[in-house]
Amino acid sequence: MKQLVLEDGTVFVGEGFGSERETIGEVVFNTGMSGYQEVISDPSYYGQLITFTYPLIGNYGINRDDFETVNPGVFGVIVKEHCDYPSNFRNEETIDEFLKAKNIPGISDIDTRKLTKIIRQHGTMKAMIASSDRPINEVLSLLEATPLLNDQVKQVSTVKPYVVPGRGERIVLVDFGMKHGILREFTKRDCHVTVVPYHTSAEEILRLKPDGVMLSNGPGDPKDVPEAIQTIRELIGQVPIFGICLGHQLIALASGADTSKMKFGHRGINQPVKDLDTGRTYITSQNHGYAVNLHSLEETELQLSQVSLNDNSVEGLKHKEDPVFSVQYHPESSPGPEDTAHLFDEFLKMIDHHQKNTKEDSQCLSVQI
Amino acid sequence: MPKRTDLTKILVIGSGPIVIGQAAEFDYSGTQACQSLKEEGYEVILANSNPATIMTDHTFADQVYMEPLTLEFLQKIIRKETPDAILPTLGGQTGLNMAVELSESGILEEFNVELLGTPLDAIQQAEDREKFRALMHEMNQPVPESEIVSTVEQALDFAETIGFPVIVRPAYTMGGAGGGMCDDAAQLKEIARSGLAASPVSQCLIEKNIAGFKEVEYEVMRDGADNKIVVCNMENFDPVGIHTGDSIVVAPSQTLSDREYQMLRNASLEIIQALQIEGGCNVQLALDPDSFQYYIIEVNPRVSRSSALASKATGYPIAKLAAKIAVGMTLDEIKNPVTGTTYACFEPALDYVVTKIPRWPFDKFAKGNRTLGTQMKATGEVMSIGRSFEESLLKGIRSLEGDTEELYLSYAEHMKEEDLNRRLKKADDERIFLIAEALRRGYSIESLHDITGGIDLFFLYKLQRIIQLEKKVAHGEMDGSLLEKVKKTGFSDQQIARLTNREEAEVREWRRSHGIRPVYKMVDTCAGEFESETPYFYSSYEDENEAIPSGNKKVLVIGSGPIRIGQGVEFDYATVHSVLALKEMGYEAIIMNNNPETVSTDFSVSDKLYFEPLSLEDVMNVIDLEQPEGVIVQFGGQTAINLVDGLTKEGVKILGTTMESIDKTEDRDLFEQLLNDLNIPKPGGESVKSAEEAFLAAEKIGYPLVVRPSYVLGGRAMAIVYSNEELSSYLETNASAHNGHPILIDKYMTGMEIEVDAISDGEDVFIPGIMEHIERAGVHSGDSMAVYPTQRLTKELEQQCIDATTKIARDLNMKGLINIQFVVYKGTAYVLEVNPRASRTVPFLSKITGVPMARLATKVLLGKTLKDEGYTLGVAAKPNGVYVKVPVFSFEKLRSVDTTLGPEMKSTGEVIGYDQTLEKALYKGMTSAGLKIPTQGSVLLTVADKDKSEMLDIAKTFFELGFRLFATEGTASVIEEAQIPVEAVGKVGSDQRDVIDLIQQGEVQFVVNTLNKGMRARSDGFRIRREAVEHGLACLTSLDTAKTIVDVINAMSFSARAITPMEGVTG
Repeated sequence: MKQLVLEDGTVFVGEGFGSERETIGEVVFNTGMSGYQEVISDPSYYGQLITFTYPLIGNYGINRDDFETVNPGVFGVIVKEHCDYPSNFRNEETIDEFLKAKNIPGISDIDTRKLTKIIRQHGTMKAMIASSDRPINEVLSLLEATPLLNDQVKQVSTVKPYVVPGRGERIVLVDFGMKHGILREFTKRDCHVTVVPYHTSAEEILRLKPDGVMLSNGPGDPKDVPEAIQTIRELIGQVPIFGICLGHQLIALASGADTSKMKFGHRGINQPVKDLDTGRTYITSQNHGYAVNLHSLEETELQLSQVSLNDNSVEGLKHKEDPVFSVQYHPESSPGPEDTAHLFDEFLKMIDHHQKNTKEDSQCLSVQI
Repeated sequence: MPKRTDLTKILVIGSGPIVIGQAAEFDYSGTQACQSLKEEGYEVILANSNPATIMTDHTFADQVYMEPLTLEFLQKIIRKETPDAILPTLGGQTGLNMAVELSESGILEEFNVELLGTPLDAIQQAEDREKFRALMHEMNQPVPESEIVSTVEQALDFAETIGFPVIVRPAYTMGGAGGGMCDDAAQLKEIARSGLAASPVSQCLIEKNIAGFKEVEYEVMRDGADNKIVVCNMENFDPVGIHTGDSIVVAPSQTLSDREYQMLRNASLEIIQALQIEGGCNVQLALDPDSFQYYIIEVNPRVSRSSALASKATGYPIAKLAAKIAVGMTLDEIKNPVTGTTYACFEPALDYVVTKIPRWPFDKFAKGNRTLGTQMKATGEVMSIGRSFEESLLKGIRSLEGDTEELYLSYAEHMKEEDLNRRLKKADDERIFLIAEALRRGYSIESLHDITGGIDLFFLYKLQRIIQLEKKVAHGEMDGSLLEKVKKTGFSDQQIARLTNREEAEVREWRRSHGIRPVYKMVDTCAGEFESETPYFYSSYEDENEAIPSGNKKVLVIGSGPIRIGQGVEFDYATVHSVLALKEMGYEAIIMNNNPETVSTDFSVSDKLYFEPLSLEDVMNVIDLEQPEGVIVQFGGQTAINLVDGLTKEGVKILGTTMESIDKTEDRDLFEQLLNDLNIPKPGGESVKSAEEAFLAAEKIGYPLVVRPSYVLGGRAMAIVYSNEELSSYLETNASAHNGHPILIDKYMTGMEIEVDAISDGEDVFIPGIMEHIERAGVHSGDSMAVYPTQRLTKELEQQCIDATTKIARDLNMKGLINIQFVVYKGTAYVLEVNPRASRTVPFLSKITGVPMARLATKVLLGKTLKDEGYTLGVAAKPNGVYVKVPVFSFEKLRSVDTTLGPEMKSTGEVIGYDQTLEKALYKGMTSAGLKIPTQGSVLLTVADKDKSEMLDIAKTFFELGFRLFATEGTASVIEEAQIPVEAVGKVGSDQRDVIDLIQQGEVQFVVNTLNKGMRARSDGFRIRREAVEHGLACLTSLDTAKTIVDVINAMSFSARAITPMEGVTG
């Protein structure tokens, strides 16, 4: 028996699975009906307790392919029911076995819909998955004493740069807590990718002579990584940039816009986003608790390119002059719809275009000289 | 994009009568479409021949044409109404086929009528097997190896090259009609022939068998701006090989990883894009359980049965939005009607598990071939929602209203292992119960996976968990925590009662004493992400209850559950009208029902919808929570009536139909006493308990006799017997049916049957209409053609019926609707049956007479009087014209079912025909019912001895109309004696050309065949009737039907006659 205690004092009693240890984190919910393996291994969930709103988790087991990182950053998993007899040809182990191996605690057999509604109404909260014999007051004081994290990116970013070689465009991928899906999209297109730590300076990045810079997703508040904001500010105008999720928010901050924390965020794979240029709406995969403030864009060089159909929040930006664009959602899917995977092609097109322009510019320049 | 303003008038084509493969789901989609278009300000013209539907109420369209859905009549409607556009994609396969026919006829071009929704090309690309395959190849979408054939020989040749088994899929048919799986050449020969006959273009696809693959469906939508979404995906419990309409289906998919989910989602979206469909589309796919290999099985370029299911499963109203898309609106500008705040362009997220279980008609057709394959056999379905698969499945089983409320068939306990294995291997309607039995016997799930041809281990494991828990309950000590656990798993009180040797009521008390009660969760399309106001709930044993009862005065209306023979969409019509009346009167109207195909389970109809099984337990749980002022059962057919006893015992107030009135009309002795007290004539009869008593009674009353068990539902196990031999055969075959209950033996009176529907307020009685049946008493009222107003009933007899109805209703102190059937015999109207509830004819009569019967009855139930509502006593005024109700059967889908009409109901639906004369009305009705009425050709007569003299008139008229007569020897000699030319043909199996050859070679247009000796299913007559059905011929098994058809042909045609001087003039 375990209990899940929210900072507002709500208690859910359930069964433990995964690791036996206790854990404190920010409790959030994800509405996807498939893709739990990708979600659990998505580094953007670092420090969080994920509630799956779909009640049956683990049905197709854990396979060797669908990880988004090697060591999941999630602090805990909350489900209605976890499956102890998965069925799928790729199944390797149960979710319980996997979480045990990764030392991640879980709690099951609770009313996850009730929990979801509480989060929806009160916003994300701190919570603890605790042993059921621990008194509530004790849990609550532990929760109060535990501050929210502010170094998540540091925890999940790569420590050293590494190369995934290819014959195509040279991409520097800044890892703020990158999902493998992003890397997969570039290798699929035969790019030469250098993954660098989050605090890599602009100078170091440019020294790699990238054709384009990809700013990855990552956990937490973008304002917690000021060094990256500075780097991006320096990169804008120098090289084509594409930002996803945290990378998108960092571009906004680097351009003078502002971000803020959302009540309970967007976490799921059914989020509609409207592209203001084409008028098309796409179903996207999302995972973010912060967003760019729409009104803060006014004084910047950025323009709104995509919005959430559900709540009108900022979902996409592009630079008015320079080859920079970004989206709040995950075009690499993993999990979720692949409807916006073309953005990676657009990025490569943007690079191509930029290179032609630069060539022409330099030719003009040499003619002038 | 905003809606189009260049259109003002839109013709919506409905799906016609309920048949297997096309049921109430199209009433739901059609009603939504009509409402949706009206909401946008369009003038809606509706064509649908089905009078039992809600959509054909004039409130849902501006003009309603209940005319035959044939090219001829639709052209007339188009000429008259000159609509700007037609919307055929919400009327099932019928609607789509009509769209193709209309386009090809050129009338759309002539009148400049636009086809909305799905382009003609797309219909053809999806429906024409060859074009479909070509498109899939072009898109690089895999399809199973296959070939289009148009002859049986081609089919055989191709099968040789790819090897057996193969699947035959006829082109342009619905519900897989005429197709099937073939294991060898003999089967292929047979099925390919019927498939080619069933296909309007004589085309079949012979396909490589991919049985054992997972079957997955995607419901997708697209708008004119290229926005595309998946509303829902579903996984079949049964692997490929069983028609999806006959499969247990779970939503969302359970065993697909996200990669597989997205792979199939991409394929589905590419297909809807390639077909340029603006609206809904259904894609069926097969997925190899051991790799990423998949195949596209089928695409329905329209709203389908699965979309109705997906709408109810997710809360996302597909048909409503498809209609808006058809007029140019886009998904990103239409509000999500569930949340009211977000838009329709998103993909619903479920936080529950939905299970659909088909409802098959084999309780009625015990002798029918119950094996499941690629041809759909289910008449309806139930849906259930739970927070676990186990809970969802067990609620579904409960909703079926079978013999038990659990995964348990008592007879299976004694089944021999080889029989069990055989039936596990070759799926039939009871397979899920047999899997449970096998698990009880200790079969491993791996062996079951193999025996069943690949049911996924995930599902089998879940079933095993249920059985393990069951054993724990049976053998262990039951305490509060185990009780809570089993309730969470979905066990019914009845199941716990069986396992612990208790009474169900005892379990209920015990459970209540432990405070174990369900809570209700909301269906909100978004898994709780957004606030929703949807009043759509399901039960679960969890913490938080979201269905907060209001303080309003409220009434609970019990729906009628799955569509089955004898309980069709008519009851849904009445349920919906009752709810509308309650709302009008200021009550909070609460519906409980479990049929995903219906309008009543559209959450926007009632104030609150509980999507729940209709067992006493589940109904009581809702009553305990809501505390309604009363419960209305009289619109929910037998389903709701069956609850009255239990509800009464629980102290629940039933509005209208009381247990006393049910007892008085259903209990033999009480019923006799009632009629005797009121001095109302009834056919003499007795109730007997043994064969000896039966023969004694038979001697006393005299043959022919109507025999039936005292518990009769829709004429089940009822028969007419003409001799001791037939009686003894009946007693043998139905030994289990009466199962200790007495058998009722009544005098069979051969006479005209009359049906009266009345509304009573306890004091006064008002009769909206009296109907007369074409077929004499003995044919179930649901299977006979009925005429309104009566044509042959004398004023005096009519008065007898009125008086009897009034007396009975008063004596029963009946409130609401009552239905009485009479037989007119030698100048007297005898009461056959009294039903203290809404009957099948309520929608038909309501529409014709303009009396809103269900609404009026509801008002009466809540204390209004007929006088309050402005109705006077007696019979309502009759409108002009003649209206006939013609039954529709689905025999071509049900192999081995005898088509002969009798006291047991067999029809699945009905149509209406109306015009100025009886013959014209009949012509329309029969045409709507799909009967072809040629005015020339040949007819085959083969009738029983008792019918031979009566048959002569019919033969004579056919001859005079220019028909060539064929007859079997006995029949032929009678015809010859009457100096009418006839060609004698051999009996079945004779050396010369026999009747079967005649039918197979397509030489006759009609077969008139009456039942020789009852109860002999495999008789020659049976073969003749089945051959006729399988060759699409009208087989008339009642002489009354035959005579009527002859009259219609007579009225529609002219006979050549030499002029003869009138007698006496030349004298």
